[in-house]
Amino acid sequence: MLKQWLKKQSVDSKFETLRFSVAIIIALLVAFGLILLVSKEPFEALRHLFLGPISKFRKIGNVVETAIPLTFLGLSVSVMFSANQFNMGSSGALFMGGTVAAIVGLTLPLPTGIHPLVALLFAGVVGGIITSIPAIIKLKWNASELVSSLMLNFVALNLGLYLIMNHFRDPDAGTLASFKFPATALLPTLVKGTRIHFGIFIVILMVIVIWLFLAKTKWGYALRMTGMNMNFAKYSGISTAAVILYSQFIGGFLAGMAGAVEVLGMYDRFRWQMMPTYAFDGVIVAVLGKRNPIFVPVAAILLAYIRVGADTMSVNSDVSYEMISIIQGFIIIMIAANAFLKHYRQKMVVKEATSHD
Amino acid sequence: MINLLTPEFLFTVIRVTTPILLAAMAAVICNKAGVVNIALEGIMLTSALTGVLISGFTQNLWLGALGGIVGGVFIAFLLAYFALYLKTDIILGGIALNLLTVGGTVFVMFAITGDKGATNSVRSLQFPSINIPFIQDIPIIGQMLSGHNLLTYLAIVMVFLVYFLLYKTTFGLRLRAVGENPDAASSVGIDVNRIQLYALLLSGVIASFGGMYMSMAYLKVFTTNMVAGRGYIALAAAAMGQANPVGTSIASLLFGFMESFGYQLQSRGIPSQFINMVPYVSTIIGLVLYAQYRQRQIAKKKIQKIHEEEVKA
Repeated sequence: MLKQWLKKQSVDSKFETLRFSVAIIIALLVAFGLILLVSKEPFEALRHLFLGPISKFRKIGNVVETAIPLTFLGLSVSVMFSANQFNMGSSGALFMGGTVAAIVGLTLPLPTGIHPLVALLFAGVVGGIITSIPAIIKLKWNASELVSSLMLNFVALNLGLYLIMNHFRDPDAGTLASFKFPATALLPTLVKGTRIHFGIFIVILMVIVIWLFLAKTKWGYALRMTGMNMNFAKYSGISTAAVILYSQFIGGFLAGMAGAVEVLGMYDRFRWQMMPTYAFDGVIVAVLGKRNPIFVPVAAILLAYIRVGADTMSVNSDVSYEMISIIQGFIIIMIAANAFLKHYRQKMVVKEATSHD
Repeated sequence: MINLLTPEFLFTVIRVTTPILLAAMAAVICNKAGVVNIALEGIMLTSALTGVLISGFTQNLWLGALGGIVGGVFIAFLLAYFALYLKTDIILGGIALNLLTVGGTVFVMFAITGDKGATNSVRSLQFPSINIPFIQDIPIIGQMLSGHNLLTYLAIVMVFLVYFLLYKTTFGLRLRAVGENPDAASSVGIDVNRIQLYALLLSGVIASFGGMYMSMAYLKVFTTNMVAGRGYIALAAAAMGQANPVGTSIASLLFGFMESFGYQLQSRGIPSQFINMVPYVSTIIGLVLYAQYRQRQIAKKKIQKIHEEEVKA
């Protein structure tokens, strides 16, 4: 029996790999077709899209810089969706996390080293509170967490903008931005010639922590059980309400940290005037990474590569940056399609069964 | 104090309710058919753009309207195809399409017009405003109800149309049967997938009018992400109205009222960020209040049932 199970596993994982690759290839083909359609120099555009991220050392740095918040957001969405909650609050948590980190950076006089950690902690807690609200509403009154979390994102965005623009705005900054952060609050840059910053250690640490949490602790086990089958989890004595609460809090905590790390690592002032374009990328990173903390960074790097490529392409050609959201949308919807390539799976199973007997 | 009962204010309420009401009617049809159409936001955004582009290039309003509908229905079709035939989780599919359209509309706008942010270079057409004879001459009521955009009146007619479709036609009966119990419906020979496909496509048509209202009536251009969550607010309205066309209209009107109330605050020196929050905060509060009310109703029913059983015994 074990042998059969192992056999099935290997077909399943082979099939998954095939499905993921085909989904990504189709999405890239769609992009390819669109570029051919709209661009006057399509091959120039494609060259920038695919080779731009490795054309210069600085660009490789950009990929790593972009992958840091994407990994945080991917972890955030992975944890929240794993409890079977469609909570989209990570973008609101990201924005408020950035805001809170900026405020802590500007107002609390703390020594180097401790200062950014305190900012991260505050940002995480505020992020956690934001994503907990839809969960509480869901648990108490059974109202859709999807709608309430999306509404809450608009509230968080405006609250953050209000706080920065009305209380911490530097009138001499030239643009709409906060005062300059003191040097003690900044996350130091690690690699000369890039903006790769200390946040990379924090994100690696969080990947390990979340992996241990999900795979090795009883809380992580309860979370996975709740996500797989809520009723079964309930009957086996798991407090699913508590699971939903702490999973959404942890998800928001991670997204809040993403905002803090981004603001203190990449900028010297708070410069967001609207939701960053990658704020919703947690969904695609989580879907691509199969909600597995180990795969999430890989998915984040892949997505960061596409983002930097699209950025290079939009600067150097006549195709706009927003094309990536078309690629992303197609990747998500195809990977989530359970019946996509279904008959290939059957063929693979048959082949496997006949070849070994 | 703020005077909320002026005819001008009530005129604004009707004006800002229109797109929410149209999208909410689209949500009603889907909810009744047992499919959740999260992609309403993306449908509206797409139709808002294609309506502007086609009407601008053809200089024909009706072709523009058709273009808007085709754009919106295309997104609805994508959702239906992936959710019903390729078994994508419909919520995840809706989220994916909404993410796709936020950037996708900008991509198309830039590729065709060279504009980013707003379609300023396109001379698109608008749906006309209409003065209703007789009613426009009645003081106060005339000021409130007459002179609205054609699509506003369409939205009001749509409430009755959707009601008629759901409760007075065979198709509506089948649609509700599929939503209530798909297995039972399929056992009497109803093609569940097909009914849900029609429901999604129909919701695409209705929500497209909501999208076109944004760019061809409310404003005269398409701007990036201009739907700004109205598709989700419509979902909340449909949930509050228990997918009943009348109840959903009342909920939509309530959200329209709150949004207009926010605009009134603008002149009172309240920071713009707080005014921007009003529609979203009121949606959350509305959702919670309604859910509380529903829970109490359910509890009451339970007590009644227990009571009845005791009497019987």
